[in-house]
Amino acid sequence: MLEIKNLHAGIDGKEILHGLTLSVGTGEVHAIMGPNGSGKSTLANVLAGRPRYSVTAGSVTYEGKDLLSMPVEERAREGVFLAMQYPVEIPGVNNIYFLKAALNSVRKHRGEEELDALEFLQLARQKMKVVDLDEAFMNRAVNEGFSGGEKKRNEIFQMAVLDPKLAILDETDSGLDIDALRIVAGGVNALRSEKHSVLVITHYQRLLSYLIPDFVHVLANGRIVKSGGKELAEELEQKGYEWIEQEVAAGA
Amino acid sequence: MSNTIEQIANQEYKYGFVTDIESDVAPPGLNEDIVRLISAKKDEPEWLLQWRLRSFRQWLTMKEPTWANVHYPPIDYQASRYYSAPKQKRALNSLDEVDPELRRTFEKLGISLEEQKRLSGVAVDAVFDSVSVATTFRVELAKLGIIFCSFSEAVREHPDLVRKYLGSVVPYTDNFFATLNSAVFSDGSFCYIPKGVRCPMELSTYFRINTAGTGQFERTLIIADEGAYVSYLEGCTAPMRDENQLHAAVVELVALDGATIKYSTVQNWYPGDKEGKGGIYNFVTKRGKAFKGSKISWTQVETGSAITWKYPSCILQGDDSVGEFYSVALTNNYQQADTGTKMIHIGKNTRSTIVSKGISAGHGQQTYRGAVKILKSAVDARNYSQCDSLLLGDKCGAHTFPYIEVRNPSARMEHEASTSKIGEDQLFYCQQRGISAEDAVSMIVNGFCREVFRELPMEFAVEAQKLLSVSLEGSVG
Ligand SMILES: Nc1ncnc2c1ncn2[C@@H]1O[C@H](COP(=O)(O)OP(=O)(O)O)[C@@H](O)[C@H]1O
Ligand SMILES: [Mg+2]
Repeated sequence: MLEIKNLHAGIDGKEILHGLTLSVGTGEVHAIMGPNGSGKSTLANVLAGRPRYSVTAGSVTYEGKDLLSMPVEERAREGVFLAMQYPVEIPGVNNIYFLKAALNSVRKHRGEEELDALEFLQLARQKMKVVDLDEAFMNRAVNEGFSGGEKKRNEIFQMAVLDPKLAILDETDSGLDIDALRIVAGGVNALRSEKHSVLVITHYQRLLSYLIPDFVHVLANGRIVKSGGKELAEELEQKGYEWIEQEVAAGA
Repeated sequence: MSNTIEQIANQEYKYGFVTDIESDVAPPGLNEDIVRLISAKKDEPEWLLQWRLRSFRQWLTMKEPTWANVHYPPIDYQASRYYSAPKQKRALNSLDEVDPELRRTFEKLGISLEEQKRLSGVAVDAVFDSVSVATTFRVELAKLGIIFCSFSEAVREHPDLVRKYLGSVVPYTDNFFATLNSAVFSDGSFCYIPKGVRCPMELSTYFRINTAGTGQFERTLIIADEGAYVSYLEGCTAPMRDENQLHAAVVELVALDGATIKYSTVQNWYPGDKEGKGGIYNFVTKRGKAFKGSKISWTQVETGSAITWKYPSCILQGDDSVGEFYSVALTNNYQQADTGTKMIHIGKNTRSTIVSKGISAGHGQQTYRGAVKILKSAVDARNYSQCDSLLLGDKCGAHTFPYIEVRNPSARMEHEASTSKIGEDQLFYCQQRGISAEDAVSMIVNGFCREVFRELPMEFAVEAQKLLSVSLEGSVG
């Protein structure tokens, strides 16, 4: 599904990722953990193709295709979804209208028929329940005036509607209370299947007790320094990131 | 469609071509003789000639205004020709002869093939002949006593009405461009809705027959008698080209007691190329006078012209009268627009609403200039103004000049203003959801303009949305 090889990338000319290698299989849930500033968001944004982030070396293959050469919207239409750490507000654009335009452009790309307003609303209502957002939200402008938690739930709602093949969640859990955390985890678990892959980026182990990952990777100083199963997350929670950094320093 | 019908249609057009081509052009320059010539050619009555001459003499004493935030090389008024007989453009045989770029724009705007032909001067077949459509409409309107005709025709057929109201809202002394127009105006539209009559259809210049091109100095006069209602549409979303660079039109609206006039404009004159070469200079004076309990509502979507200088205004003379101004103006590439409104409150309990949405892209420069005057007599006047600007990129500009003058302490004024920018982050967010950058921009822009589009007649609103997207093409990425 996703093969990242020796990725060197950064923002505004400053290299942040120094040769990152990671392989995500179809149907797998991978967690990427790491201290602040280790390059987690950089990885997520590079995969999505955000402007100002640039790749200097390495390759990323997605479903056998060169992901890095695709324009942003094509990656999205091919099934790459990024739940952003800081979702953007778009005043004047109705939330539901926005999402319908998004879904229909994805469907069109896939050669599927576009949904009309009624069909779309049915789908949206069904997915709204998953994230416990009420309909009043849908008629507001995209993220405008939403609280932090509402914005994150809106990201998960969009994900549920768009049904991506590869979902990347960039610290969707941060700033959420336990209830919201459960809702977010529920949304991801609902997506989970042998056809969907998920990359959960997080600073804390918290989310991972609701959302059991198949693999856990530790990102430090722009590289994956340790990989393991779900028990690695627990170990990190107990011992902190310093433990890893020391281990890496000792090994080097 | 059978070939014979097509042939006949083309032939008829050819005949028209032969009789009308006869060139009848005044020499370049502007003086009293030219003014007399224009009036004589149109067979005008003496009073109108005298009015033109007074205007011309006044104009000689006036200076071109420089207060607007627009820049252009000096205009040589003596280099233009001020009269040429309405001439038939060379008829094209098929759409294949039309400039392909123009056709692409037509298609993007979703303009039907028949309409495309009409707009670009292709001979149309008998069934779709717009003249016959217009005639049908005119018969309908005549039954209700509604007069809707060209200005020259009104001068001939309804001289009393024209004489009574011409210059009653925009006096010939008003301003440099309006005064010039008063001296040399070519033609335009005239409309009268009798007492208590509600005009059953949107009146559009499109359905007015005897239109010989819109002309450089157009004059429009609309009178809604007591309790009458009319909705009038000017212009169309299709791009309009004209060989004359300077346009100085005058529009006067008269809403008598209890009447309503809704005037909607879509202005899409040639804006010049991407480098800012060419393009129309559009210096328009539009004003309405509202009598007791009447309402005048201006809605405009301005996307064209290299320079737009335009302030549709309301004189709220009668008690309880209402003035509205809803505007979307877009400047892309090197376009400049200085536009806004004036609301002059004279009567008691008069109300006005101003909603202005300015969008700048490329190197576009845009100025909102609005004046709200509450005179001493205007007890309990109210005004609400909202001016929002949206910027795309960082080479364009938005400027706001609200002038407020309140002479009566009972006035209530509310003013809101905002400037926002379509950011890289917003575009990325949309694109990450699968929406192309261009669709994203048009979505954001349309969201921004919603309050104004709501005021447009339904079909016009849909066209206006498309027009904005087309006008913004190439402004992202
Ligand atoms: N515009 C920028 N220019 C230079 N450095 C930046 C810029 N933006 C972020 N950084 C730096 O890049 C590093 C990685 O950031 P990020 O990928 O957001 O980390 P994480 O998501 O793991 O907290 C940080 O040290 C941060 O300060
Ligand atoms: Mg981050």
